[in-house]
Amino acid sequence: MAEKMITPEELAGGIDYKPKKKTWLDPTVEFKKGTWNYAAPPQNLEYLDLPNPRKWSPIDEDWKLPDNWKEIILEGLRVRIKRFRSLQLFMDICVRCGACADKCHFFIGSGDPKNMPVLRAELLRSVYRKDFTTAGKIMGKMVGARELTVDVLKEWFYYFYQCTECRRCSVFCPYGIDTAEITMIARELMNLVGINIEWICTPAANCFRTGNHLGIQPHGFADSIEFAVDELEELTGIKVDAPINKKGAEILFVAPSADYFASPHYYTLLGYLALFHEIGLDYTWSAYASEGGNFGLFHSHEMMKRLNAKIYAEAKRLGVKWILGGECGHMWRVIHQYMDTLNGPADFLEEPVSPITGTKFENAKNTKMVHIMEFTSDLIRNNKLKLDKSRNDHWHPTFHDSCNPSRGMGLIEEPRYVIRACCNQFTEMPENTIKEQTFCCGSGAGLGTDENMEMRFRGGLPRANATKFVHDCDGVNILLCICAIDKATLPPLLEYWVPGVEVGGIHEMLGNALIMKGEKERTTDLRGEPLAGVESEEEKTEEEVSEDA
Amino acid sequence: MHNTGKVIIGLLIFLVIAAFPIWYAVAGGKTGDLPELEKAVKGENCVIDSVEMREIHMALLDEWRDEVVREDDRWYKSMTLDSTIEKSLTRSCLGCHTSKADFCDRCHNYLAVSPYCWDCHVDPKEFK
Amino acid sequence: MSALFALLMIIILLLISIIGTEVLGLNYVFGVIIPYAAIALFLVGFVYRIIRWANSAVPFKITTTCGQQKSHPWIKHSSLEAPHSTWGVIGRMALEVLFFRSLFRNTKADLKEGPRLVYGPSKWLWAAGLVFHWSFLIILLRHFRFFAEPAPFFVSGLQSLDGFFQIGLPIFYITSVAIVAALAFLFVRRLNDPKLRYISLGSDYFALFLILSIAISGILMRHTGLRADIVDVKQLAMGLVSFHPNVPESIGVMFFIHLFFVSVLFGYFPFSKLMHMGGIFMSPTRNMANNNREKRHVNPWDYPVKTHTYEEWEDEFRDVMKAAGMPLEKEK
Repeated sequence: MAEKMITPEELAGGIDYKPKKKTWLDPTVEFKKGTWNYAAPPQNLEYLDLPNPRKWSPIDEDWKLPDNWKEIILEGLRVRIKRFRSLQLFMDICVRCGACADKCHFFIGSGDPKNMPVLRAELLRSVYRKDFTTAGKIMGKMVGARELTVDVLKEWFYYFYQCTECRRCSVFCPYGIDTAEITMIARELMNLVGINIEWICTPAANCFRTGNHLGIQPHGFADSIEFAVDELEELTGIKVDAPINKKGAEILFVAPSADYFASPHYYTLLGYLALFHEIGLDYTWSAYASEGGNFGLFHSHEMMKRLNAKIYAEAKRLGVKWILGGECGHMWRVIHQYMDTLNGPADFLEEPVSPITGTKFENAKNTKMVHIMEFTSDLIRNNKLKLDKSRNDHWHPTFHDSCNPSRGMGLIEEPRYVIRACCNQFTEMPENTIKEQTFCCGSGAGLGTDENMEMRFRGGLPRANATKFVHDCDGVNILLCICAIDKATLPPLLEYWVPGVEVGGIHEMLGNALIMKGEKERTTDLRGEPLAGVESEEEKTEEEVSEDA
Repeated sequence: MHNTGKVIIGLLIFLVIAAFPIWYAVAGGKTGDLPELEKAVKGENCVIDSVEMREIHMALLDEWRDEVVREDDRWYKSMTLDSTIEKSLTRSCLGCHTSKADFCDRCHNYLAVSPYCWDCHVDPKEFK
Repeated sequence: MSALFALLMIIILLLISIIGTEVLGLNYVFGVIIPYAAIALFLVGFVYRIIRWANSAVPFKITTTCGQQKSHPWIKHSSLEAPHSTWGVIGRMALEVLFFRSLFRNTKADLKEGPRLVYGPSKWLWAAGLVFHWSFLIILLRHFRFFAEPAPFFVSGLQSLDGFFQIGLPIFYITSVAIVAALAFLFVRRLNDPKLRYISLGSDYFALFLILSIAISGILMRHTGLRADIVDVKQLAMGLVSFHPNVPESIGVMFFIHLFFVSVLFGYFPFSKLMHMGGIFMSPTRNMANNNREKRHVNPWDYPVKTHTYEEWEDEFRDVMKAAGMPLEKEK
């Protein structure tokens, strides 16, 4: 970024949890650089048949809304109140006890009172009161009712794109009010009049067209996988098979696309490839369903369904028995809580059974998709893998529970089991920052853009700060996670707040530790970094290499 | 309506609980006839004004107990009777209102009051 | 400002009840008509709200998991925090409703020099909330000595428990002190914490003040010279529940104030946030089992959407796939 970024000291020093204004009813928002996202370009909206495609920017005075934008939104709200009991109920029963207030990472990192989950919800609730409740119509501001105006809409845009739908507030709410639900629906409403952000609509359009967020075409996808296969061969001496679009394979494997085009995701991909080869798994990748992630979740329920449809469709076409899913956070929220309802029933698939251990995955018997942590932990439990933990001795990991697997699935112990099996060292972060109380990376739900960097650093402060604690106290030097967005956004976050801690995936650790039949002696991990104990021979190794060359 | 069965069951439970006094009255058959108190066997006036007595007798007895037990102050100057009476539940009060069951208990039962007087004192009638 | 507005509302209500009974002598209105209207409004309004909520669909199973899912038999499943079965859900809901489980988790985040974020336990809100709600329930149940003849079995037990310390006569109830203290804490908390003050609406203060007024008027009636003759009170109450209402002459103004505040609470209840009492049972993040991949959930308003089918996709990319030697459904 060309402009000077606020320093960590300046940022932290400026945080004040005391609201500055007297009332929140005033919707005026200052669109400060670094705290908002660019608008979606018209061609992507057109491609997805979305309303009001146009060129605009949130800092424009005129957002080029349709004339009847207000009716559209209010009508949209009316429809959604009937469609979502969550929305209807959450609009009605909040008592403003404030338990959620300091649970939001954006509030903790910004001190902006409208980032308290209760107030984020009130932004929508105030409009609901004005137009849908008698008290609000009569009593107005005294009961917190507000007219829907352009300024309110701009305020919605600002704050509903400062929520990563992480659901931490919902854990603490005595009624389970889930701001993720409210944010999702508020974003749906804004989408009705063409208010959306590029970082959601562009990946969605790409994914719709090519099958993955980056718009990588099938041959490019095949190249990426091929490249990884070659790289793995260089590291281990073993040429693995990574079939794509193979009909009749037993298992379809779906991972977030970042795994094959971004770093450090890539090392996790190497881990998958090594694992599948070692256990002799009969599986296939798909170039059509080449994305497990689903930015539709951050756009609208309809878009989520449109993008998700490919997974079952491809499983059916390829005639696989069941589906295995890679390390990804929001992908797993969609798969666990939505996919079966959206695009099921998957009655053409079989109840998942591990071909290696014979374990039946009872908990996935209807959706027929198994999380790779469930799969791998079962392999380890049944002693199907030979692991050399010492190959990870140069890493001292901690584990970042990603929001969606922890609070939308309950996948908490499986990853820890695998980490402990692969690493000699493992230190947990403080208990209020992990498991169901985990803090978001600050960049989820489509907010991981460069233009939003300051807000990401703010939102990521609680996570980074907990990491810093174990880095300083215990010497932790890698933050493991099972989420593609985490792997993409945590490295800059940690570089900002706690330099010296890397980010990695659990299957990267597994790939390091996995003893493969016929492998050459490993001197480096999957990143090409020397193993612990090998360092002293580093010079010798380098000499050998140069001699070879 | 969605989840109709569960919602109806929940509402029924709510209504049954909320309407408890009504069906209890119907089932119990009593709508609360006023308690009739036995007349005092002697005298025109109580030791204080009788309306006031209704309101504060518990406080008066409490006071008496403390004075008698802790200060050995056993006599009460009654304005209404213009005489001095013993501060005694069993001898003075039950001297005129001879039946605990027909006097004290009537109101107390009606209002579910269970005074702890009788934790120590005995009803002289029962004692006999 | 919002608090002052709420206080003003309470004063107006107080004046209405005093003027209505003491000056205008509308004892029948305040003793019979308003209470009947309030109860009718409460029951009809409550049922209406629940049905309105029930009319909204639950399209997805969006349980918030606060513990380990049920996966492998060798991983301990948290059956109350991420319930897998209906019984688990019932247990989870019981913990929420009876003991405010989620509020018990409450923490307080503090930013220290460094920056260093620390999270401390913060149980005061939970404690005050629990004390307030349970006190209110016990007080309500104790009042059945007025509404039922003979008084139901639970009344004397609750009275002797609640009056365990036998302080004063009439005995001071623990709940009388507890409810006032808890409400006072909740009020001070709203005023004192800048975040809370910022989010609090007039209606938040109003609910607190209203219930506080009910509690205080009741306590004054029991323990001060502003007594009501409780034989008369029971006569009025029994008249109401048996639909033969009559208003005994000698009922004092304090009682009418108390009764009027109670009537306002009942009438206001269904139209306010107080409906969280019914709402919590319907909260989709709490009342559904985390068995999503095991048991299919059906969306009642599901509709077909436009997707990008494999055929369309292959048509678009056939040439490049062919060149890359990837398998195809159709060669051209």
